[in-house]
Amino acid sequence: MSTPFPLFPPNASSIATEMDLLYLFIAATSAFFVVVVAALVVYFTVKYRRRHPTEVGADIHGSLVLELTWTVIPFILSMVMFIWGADLFFRLSSPPADAMEVFVVGKQWMWKVQHPDGIREINELHVPIGRPVKITLGSEDVVHSFGIPAFRVKMDAVPGKWTTMWFTATKAGTYHIFCNQFCGTKHAGMVGQVIVMTQQDYEVWLGGGRSTVSTVQSGERLFTELSCHTCHRAESDARGPSLKNLYGSTVQLRDGRKVVADESYLRESIMNSQAKVVEGYQPIMPAFQGMVSEENLMQLVAYLKALKAAPQAARGK
Amino acid sequence: MTPHAVERKSYLDEPHGLAAWLLTKDHKRIAMLYLISITVFFAIGGMFATGIRLELLTPKGDFLSPDTYNKFFTMHGIVMIFFFLIPSIPATLGNFLIPIMCGTKDLAFPRINLLSWYLYVIGGLMAIAVLAMGGVDTGWTFYTPYSSQASMTNVTLAAMGAFVAGFSSILTGFNFIVTVHRMRAPGLTWFRLPLFVWAMYATSIVMILGTPVIAITLTLLMAERTLGLGIFDPKTGGDPVLFQHLFWFYSHPAVYIMILPGMGVMSELVAGVSRKQVFGYSFVAFSSLAIAIIGFLVWGHHLFVSSQSVYAGLVFSIITMLVAVPSAVKTFNWAATMYKGSVTWESPTFWVVGFMGLFTIGGLTGLFLAAMGLDIALHDTYFVVAHFHYIMVGGAIMAFMGGLHFWWPKMTGRLYSEPGAKASAILVFLGFNLTFFPQFILGYLGMPRRYHSYPDEFQALNVLSSAGASILAVGYLLPAIYFTYSLVKGQAAPANPWGAKGLEWTTASPPPTFNFDEDVVVTEPAYDYKPPREVPQHTGRAGHAFSE
Repeated sequence: MSTPFPLFPPNASSIATEMDLLYLFIAATSAFFVVVVAALVVYFTVKYRRRHPTEVGADIHGSLVLELTWTVIPFILSMVMFIWGADLFFRLSSPPADAMEVFVVGKQWMWKVQHPDGIREINELHVPIGRPVKITLGSEDVVHSFGIPAFRVKMDAVPGKWTTMWFTATKAGTYHIFCNQFCGTKHAGMVGQVIVMTQQDYEVWLGGGRSTVSTVQSGERLFTELSCHTCHRAESDARGPSLKNLYGSTVQLRDGRKVVADESYLRESIMNSQAKVVEGYQPIMPAFQGMVSEENLMQLVAYLKALKAAPQAARGK
Repeated sequence: MTPHAVERKSYLDEPHGLAAWLLTKDHKRIAMLYLISITVFFAIGGMFATGIRLELLTPKGDFLSPDTYNKFFTMHGIVMIFFFLIPSIPATLGNFLIPIMCGTKDLAFPRINLLSWYLYVIGGLMAIAVLAMGGVDTGWTFYTPYSSQASMTNVTLAAMGAFVAGFSSILTGFNFIVTVHRMRAPGLTWFRLPLFVWAMYATSIVMILGTPVIAITLTLLMAERTLGLGIFDPKTGGDPVLFQHLFWFYSHPAVYIMILPGMGVMSELVAGVSRKQVFGYSFVAFSSLAIAIIGFLVWGHHLFVSSQSVYAGLVFSIITMLVAVPSAVKTFNWAATMYKGSVTWESPTFWVVGFMGLFTIGGLTGLFLAAMGLDIALHDTYFVVAHFHYIMVGGAIMAFMGGLHFWWPKMTGRLYSEPGAKASAILVFLGFNLTFFPQFILGYLGMPRRYHSYPDEFQALNVLSSAGASILAVGYLLPAIYFTYSLVKGQAAPANPWGAKGLEWTTASPPPTFNFDEDVVVTEPAYDYKPPREVPQHTGRAGHAFSE
């Protein structure tokens, strides 16, 4: 990064080279067309410059062959770019199942990071090389956007919902984190660093003793503090459905719909509990909108995801 | 025909007085009122741009405070888009030329035309009031819930200004559509219309279908902000992404409101400076309509990383790619028009050549952003800033300047300084590229938009950009000087200084109040340049006059 005019950011993730290739492909195609158009226009301007004040141009009206040529070629090229871009996007939207999960919450004007074992950081994110990392993003206030140019990834943090992104870091080093969506006075100060470490260094960093309570344990504590356990019990006469093994299962709702209990469903059922009520239960749960912060919500959901029990019949009844 | 343009009474001469101008129903005078007003806003928007480029000379935020900087880029965007670019070509050149190109006396609804100018002025005064009261800091995009809940600035008044100005745009579009349908001169069939009229027709469709949506969106925003209705803020049950959908449903087509008229101007200019029929007339005409229609179906490409569904993103990506096709069709047809033309080296050609280069780069860089995977890296970075400035400044403003130079003798009856105009075109072209090309690289390096300070490694490119902006500023100041000078001391313009075809060149410069002395009957297609002798039947431009 010491050259005065670098053309690429550091290449530090598994997707970066592919992103650069697509960028270069479109850049080369564009350069070709810019040169062709510029050459034609300049050449015609010189070659056919007016030599006599009364002169007019040749009586030419068009050519169907040429029209088809410059319709079909741009069409084909643009479709190649579409397919290439869509493929890349799909892969960047599908985190591997074994990815390490990290929660990130944006708030004016900082990034709050929460690792699975409970370590928290502000404006810093430590990750190991070679391991896929899935980030679940939330926002406490306005829309932010979590971008890491060295990894070529970015995702908006939208209040009221969670979004996800993922990457696999490939090169040790310290790279920028930027907020890319304008969020107020210190938008330009909402920056941080992602620190990519070797697996060993990462273990050492983890063992730094800074964490005593894991995210799941924090979630369990909240579950009790908020008295969730008084209704959501395993007994069959409980006022709320049991939450064991809920994550990833299919839930039958009162209105006849079936939904998969993913993170968004869990989040919504806590914040706005009347939205999707499980069949066989009354809509008596209070909404926790405004009572639980995004971070606590992420801990609660981490706890719910960890709730495993002996195999049971399908949820919902 | 004898060159007696100066002796006769033109639309500029009577009736006299300020009141006669402020209450005029003459489309040409209203065009001039618009020209003066948008020039004022261009200067205001340019001052904010100057502040931005000065701040970004150094990595530290040391010139403006963060809040002031945020207000600067917001006001730059609001003023340039709503009060300069959107009305620029339609309300000035469109207003002036559409009735003349249709061979008629005025627009279909002259009073509504005047009303549209007043609405624009009221909206503009609201924007100026926002400035006086300390500005607004949401970005011109007004994203919620920042704009509805968090911002402490004059969001409601700014939104109201854009809301009111929007109605001026709707009325103008409505007036143009009715005029083109109902008021064409006998013999002026659709396929004899100049391509500028086709482009303005397509633009008008976008104006009347798209603008009501921004009006609704801004109304909802104002309702949430002032009355606390829960529409976009999740804390009250709203959805912030809904705002983005509504906003871009208008604001993406608005890009075509800005560039389609520029494309129309370019078709006229290329034919005029080459004295040749536009190559592939019907392809150029229909590509305008294609862009207008496809342009309504691409808004979601602004939301690829906003939590929009991946499948919705796919559809928006492929439709966005399709815009490349009619844009390429136009570009190649313009280039082909110059083939075997008689290309003048007078000043309008300089703007044409500049436009072709900049617009081509602007259009092609849109492909990077339409490819949804690559957009993840480029979204909300300086790449986007560079791309849309290439389209809006390199495309729309280059075309506007080219059109202004081409039709200035017609509009004012005066000739301006040719060397000055060429110098301006060259400075704008060079300054523009130096300002905005480095921003493509900055964007891929990752520099986010709307940053008041930035890491040191981005400084070199930002310094280049600011240096370019100072050249660009000189390029834009020059026309202010030589155009003003031409009004005072400029040589009188003949009816047809370029020896070009088109109804506007058959009437005097400046035209009489009712445009033509006799009723117009059209018997030939547009751009009907016949080989020697039959053609330029008018006096040549001073300096190389020729006899018939």
